[in-house]
Amino acid sequence: MFRPRIRMTTAAPILRRQLSTPQVPASPFPYNPGSLLSVLDLSIEAIGALLKRATELEQMDPVGRDRILAKRRIALLFYESSTRTRTSFELAAKSLGAYTTLVSSLSSSIEKGESLKDTGLTLRALGAEAIIIRQNFSGAAWLLEAETRLPIINAGDGMHEHPTQALLDLRTILAHLCPGVELVDEKTLAGITVSIVGDILHSRVARSNMLLLPRLGATVVLCGPKELLPELAAKAGPGIEIERNFQAAIERSQVVMMLRIQAERLAGLQLDLNEYKENYQLTGPRLATYAPKAVVLHPGPIIRGLEITAGVADGFQSAILEQVTNGVAIRMAVVERALTSAQNGDRA
Amino acid sequence: MTDLVIRGGHLLDPAAGIDAPKDILLKAGRVAEITAPGKLKGISGVEVIDATGLTVAPGLVDIHVHLREPGFGYKETIATGTACAAAGGFTSVAAMPNTHPVNDSVETTRWMLSPDRGAQIRVFPIAAATRGSKGETINDYAALKSAGAVAVSDDGLPILKDGVMRETLAAAARVGLCVIQHAEDTRMTQGGCMNLGPASFRLGLRGMPAEAESAIVERDIRLVTELRDSRVHLHVAHTSTAAALNAVRQARRNGLRVTCEVAPHHFLLTDEHVGFYNTNAKMCPPLRSAADRDAMIEGILDGVVDAIATDHAPHAVHEKEVEFENAPNGINGLETSLGLALRWLHKEWKLPMGRVLSLLSAQPAALLGMKGRGTLAVGSFADVVMFDAKAEWTYNVLATKSKSKNTPFDGWPMLGKVRWTISEGRIAYSNPA
Repeated sequence: MFRPRIRMTTAAPILRRQLSTPQVPASPFPYNPGSLLSVLDLSIEAIGALLKRATELEQMDPVGRDRILAKRRIALLFYESSTRTRTSFELAAKSLGAYTTLVSSLSSSIEKGESLKDTGLTLRALGAEAIIIRQNFSGAAWLLEAETRLPIINAGDGMHEHPTQALLDLRTILAHLCPGVELVDEKTLAGITVSIVGDILHSRVARSNMLLLPRLGATVVLCGPKELLPELAAKAGPGIEIERNFQAAIERSQVVMMLRIQAERLAGLQLDLNEYKENYQLTGPRLATYAPKAVVLHPGPIIRGLEITAGVADGFQSAILEQVTNGVAIRMAVVERALTSAQNGDRA
Repeated sequence: MTDLVIRGGHLLDPAAGIDAPKDILLKAGRVAEITAPGKLKGISGVEVIDATGLTVAPGLVDIHVHLREPGFGYKETIATGTACAAAGGFTSVAAMPNTHPVNDSVETTRWMLSPDRGAQIRVFPIAAATRGSKGETINDYAALKSAGAVAVSDDGLPILKDGVMRETLAAAARVGLCVIQHAEDTRMTQGGCMNLGPASFRLGLRGMPAEAESAIVERDIRLVTELRDSRVHLHVAHTSTAAALNAVRQARRNGLRVTCEVAPHHFLLTDEHVGFYNTNAKMCPPLRSAADRDAMIEGILDGVVDAIATDHAPHAVHEKEVEFENAPNGINGLETSLGLALRWLHKEWKLPMGRVLSLLSAQPAALLGMKGRGTLAVGSFADVVMFDAKAEWTYNVLATKSKSKNTPFDGWPMLGKVRWTISEGRIAYSNPA
């Protein structure tokens, strides 16, 4: 009988020589040039163009602006509740003259078990020319784009990305720290440190911002307890650092972005909220002591008295409502891009 | 069962130590005679296969496949799964018990072995280690073995409880069966759907740490050590991490009967191959870091890995066209195993072809005690694969014999094209040039 020959080695398995291994294939995404799945889909020129266009559209006469996408059909597919994102996308699309229709998981066939693929194909068959999707699973926007090949705008996929939020945050940061800057490049935010504080692990806003802001020269400092901020977050991309000490993080920051603890995604994780508040709540005294000039951002919804006190949320350093307003402008530009790049057909 | 002559081929049988041009006579499902080319006598009227230019080798053996029957015939049947195996050059496959019902009974084992299933090659059922694979009560291994089971495993799930695993190892040893462990501490992988690492963080997916695998392997090796019974045989299924492989390596240095297998996807791909949520790159254990992948290559090259096994796990297209977290674990592998092993292990990493074939036949057959398999010595089963070792081709999943198409290797270059697969003297697959 054959006996397997076993050669014993004492060394730990480290490759004895450099071996070539299979390449990771290039991503086929986005299939549609109008899609915005990730902030990484946008070149720096494209980011600049969107920011510029947002300002133009914002300043345009509403009568006339509504002819840009007159009668075009856009579906909003929302599997999760939303106030800001949904309303601002809807207002943005309508400001450009498009028809919008809202499909939400609770009042549609999604409740009966219809898959995301079938929902997407159905919306396409109904004439939707673009779909804005918010979904509770990471990667949903990629699946929807692969199946429908329509322009897909990712309005938040699970714990993954929320690219329009990062763009509107960028617009808010620029308005405060670089007023008058028209075009952005790799150095626009050089020397600027943005702290993102709190539940990083479950936050798509954090991921989109940490992938976007360093590309324009900013340093992103992530701050939070180990349970909500794993060490490997620092490897997500260049320009990302971890600072566990809240005071130290905000002391070096021009922008402090607070995040909500996402109770819906904790998945059994037990957190001592009193301890959390003790260490990470943005309070008036903390802000006055360590970051008296910083701009305070929060993607919302805020939980007053948890990650941020009411005084700070309503205080003069807070730009939280400006972020909301900027959302409409940014989303007008993103929605316009979705329906006009596809028309040009330079990639699809 | 007709007799067959294989003429003009180059016989490569690592177990028998043959690497030379030979003619072979197959009679009554067995290897009857091996001679120098042109020396077979008294073969007039016997059907001849012209193997000129082909490598003739023992039929391949895969000790880890999911044929999905009973219960999940929409994913695969024993008939389609074995047809797929034959196309990949396999003549023996060991089928995991995570079917519906779970194969924890003599009845199910016999049902799988019934000729009514239409198997194209030999199927060796692996019985569930515990009732319903629930990890609580061990099954009657003596009865399962006499019904045809070649090993016990709760694959898909680990046997978590120390006491149950100890009892499983001891009871299986008493009847001469190997225990195949799916090493995953599920307490550490809750909600996880890919390897825990920078890629999982970036993709916003919950991760499964490498320690979830090595912790169970280390625990199992401790149990084997404590049992002090040389009959105890632990086999680690689909090893994917450097730490687990090191534990196996150490156990073997200590003289324990601990073996392991590695799947092609774990020695070729990393968690970066998940790309943007490619559900055909989702399996359990998941694709790991580059360091872990490199450790699998090293383990194969230095001999600590005993077998290449595919973990062929078909799933219907609609089950994979969903959000990554909702997609079931598993990828197909039977048709790509040889082509990938030759393309990478042999051509790229210079492992001699005989050793590649040994990992795909002689060693896995020996590991599960499949007598007369994995070699073409006279008297062995007439299980033969003939392939064109020089042929480069591209895998096209649309042409698969499987019912399912879930593979990350669609469009990949392969080396070595299977031309004939003969199972116990019967042609199970042919695709002459």
